[in-house]
Amino acid sequence: MSNISLEKGKDDNAPEAGPRYKSGEVPANTMAGRVRRKLTSRTASVVSIIIAILWTIPTFGLFVSSLRPENDIKTTGWWKFFTNPSLTLDNYNEVVFGTSATSGRLASYFVNSLTITVPAVVFSVTLAAMAAYALSWLNFRGRDWIFIGVFTLQIVPLQMALIPLLQILGDYTEWGGGFFAVWFAHTCFGLPLGVFLLHNFMSELPKDLFEAARVDGAGPAMTFRRIVLPLITPALASLTIFQFLWIWNDLLVALVFTSGPDTRPLTVRLAELAGTRGNDWQRLTSGAFVSMVIPIIVFLSLQRYFVRGLLAGGVKG
Amino acid sequence: MDYDFSEDVAKIWPALLFIGGFVAVVGGLLFVLDILPRWGKGKERLHMFGFLGPALILLAIGLVYPLIRTVTLSFYNNTRGKFVGLDNYTWIVTNDDTLIMLRNTLFWVVCVPLLATAFGLIYAVLVDKARGEGIAKSLIFMPMAISLVGATIIWKFIYAFREADQEQIGLLNQILVWLGMEPQQFLTSSPSNTFYMIVMMIWIQAGFAMVILSAAIKAIPAEIVEAARLDGASPWQMFWRVTMPSIRPAVVVVTITITIATLKVFDIVRTSTNGNFKSSVLAFEMYNQAFRLSDDPNGEGRGAALAVVLFLLVVPVVVYQARQLRKRAEIR
Repeated sequence: MSNISLEKGKDDNAPEAGPRYKSGEVPANTMAGRVRRKLTSRTASVVSIIIAILWTIPTFGLFVSSLRPENDIKTTGWWKFFTNPSLTLDNYNEVVFGTSATSGRLASYFVNSLTITVPAVVFSVTLAAMAAYALSWLNFRGRDWIFIGVFTLQIVPLQMALIPLLQILGDYTEWGGGFFAVWFAHTCFGLPLGVFLLHNFMSELPKDLFEAARVDGAGPAMTFRRIVLPLITPALASLTIFQFLWIWNDLLVALVFTSGPDTRPLTVRLAELAGTRGNDWQRLTSGAFVSMVIPIIVFLSLQRYFVRGLLAGGVKG
Repeated sequence: MDYDFSEDVAKIWPALLFIGGFVAVVGGLLFVLDILPRWGKGKERLHMFGFLGPALILLAIGLVYPLIRTVTLSFYNNTRGKFVGLDNYTWIVTNDDTLIMLRNTLFWVVCVPLLATAFGLIYAVLVDKARGEGIAKSLIFMPMAISLVGATIIWKFIYAFREADQEQIGLLNQILVWLGMEPQQFLTSSPSNTFYMIVMMIWIQAGFAMVILSAAIKAIPAEIVEAARLDGASPWQMFWRVTMPSIRPAVVVVTITITIATLKVFDIVRTSTNGNFKSSVLAFEMYNQAFRLSDDPNGEGRGAALAVVLFLLVVPVVVYQARQLRKRAEIR
C-alpha cells in the first residue's frame, strides 16, 4: 500500500502528458523500469506538446494578425505583436460592413451562407428521416434492394453529378431568390448519407414499440411522428450538425450552383479575396475568422454529435 | 456604421417561403397518410410512396440520372456535341498537363493518408489518459470543423513571401531568414508547391485520424493492457504488441477514409494556386475543364471523363473499406 502511495506522490510531480495508467495499478518493480518509464513519459509529453504547438500556431498567428492594424500586418510578422502590441477591430469592421467595392462586404455573404445552409439542411434531414423510416419499418417488396441502392449512391463523388445537374437546374435560376439550384443540389447530395445514418439508428428500435403503437390504433404516419422521431433525436442532431457544417464549409457545390454576389456564400467570397486580393492580409485574416465563427461555435458546443456525424459521413463528397 | 441590411434581409424571405411551403407539403402528406388505411400487407404501399417517394425522386434527378449522363457525356465532346469515342480519355493520359495533374494526384494520395494517420496515431497514443486530454485533442481536431478555404488562408499566411530586403510576414520564411537562408515563394515552384499544399491537408485530416484512433485505443479491453503491464512490457512493446494489433481495423478505416477525401481534394488547390504553377489535381481539373473553360468546345466532355476517372479510383477503395467494416462487424 505504502509503495503505491509513494508512486502516486512521485507521479504528481512528473509531467502529466504521455501514456499513464490508472493509479493503483502495480508499477514496474525494478528501479531501471521506473526510471525508463519516467523518461519515456517525459519524451511523450514533450513530443505531444510539440505537435500541439505545431498544429495551433498557424491558426493562432492568423488570429493575432486579424486584430493588428493594417500597416502592422503588412510590414511586420505577427510575432512582433508581443514586443509591440496594438490591437484593433478595424479589420473586422471593414471586411464585414465596409461598402466600397474592394472591401469584403462579408455581412451580405454571411446572410447568403445562412440562406443556403438552413433550408438545405431542413429539406435533406426531413426527407432522409422519412425515407429511412420507410426503409426500416414499412413492409414492401424490394425494400432491401432500394436500401442497397441508396447506400451505394454514397460512394458516387459529387463531381459525377455536377454537369448534368447544372443543365437541369439551369432553368430554375430565378426560383427562391436564386437559391433554388443550390438548395436542390445540397438536398440531393445529402440524402444518401442521411438515409444510411438514420436507417442504422431506426432499425435498432425495439419491434415491440411498433406493435404496441399498432394495437393502440396508430397508423404508420402517426407512429413516425409520435414514436420514431422523438427516439432518434440524437441521430437527427448528429446528422443536422454534420450537414450544416458540410454545407456551410462547401466551396465546390456553391461555385457551380450559385452566381453573383446575391447568392454566393462566404467560402466563395473568401476564395475570391484570396485570389484577387491575396496581399490584403487585413481582409483575409479577419475574413477567414468571420467564416469560422459558426463552425467553431458548433464544434465547441456540440463536439460529441459532430464526431458521431463525422464517423458516419467520412466518405461524403 | 452605415451598413444597410435591408437588401440582405430581403434575401431571407424566399428561403422562409420555401421552408414554409416544404413544411406544409410534408405535414399535409403525413396528415393524408394518417387517414389512409392503416397497417397490413399491400396497404402499406401507399405509405411507402408517401415516405420514400420524395427522397427517391430527388435521388433519381440529382444523382442517378446525372451519373448515367456523365458517363455517356464522357464519350462526347460537349453536352450538345458529337460522339468522340475514347478521345477524352486518351487526352487525359497523353497530354503533358494532365499527366502532371495525375502525378500530383498520386503525390497527394500517397502522402496525405499515411502522414495524417501517422500523426493522428502518435498524438492519440501520447495524450491517451494524460491530464488535459480533452483540450489537447480539441486543439488538433479544430481544423476539421473549419472550411478548407479558411484552412488554406491560414496556411497561405504561413507561406507568405516578401523580398529578401523586406521584413518577412510569413512565419516559414522568417524561420528561413533566421537560419540565414533566402526567403522562398513556396506555392509557385513545382513540384514542391504540391507538397506545401499536402501539408495543409495533413494538418486538417490528422485531427480526424486522431479522434477515431483515440476512440479505438480506449476500447482496448483493460485486462489486456493490465496483463501486458504485469508482464513488464515497456511502453514501446506495449504500443507494437498490444495497441497496434488491437486498433489495426480502425487504422485501416481511417487511412481509407482519408484517401477518399484526398482524391476529391479541390478547395485547397483552388484557393492556393487556382491550379496554376503545375499544381492541379484530378478533382480540380474536372471543375476547371467543365465549368471554367466553358468556351472550350471539349471542356464538358473532358470534365465528364475526369469525373469518371475519379469515380473509378474511388470505387475500389470504398469496396475495400466496406469489406473491412463487415469483417470488423463479424469479429464483434
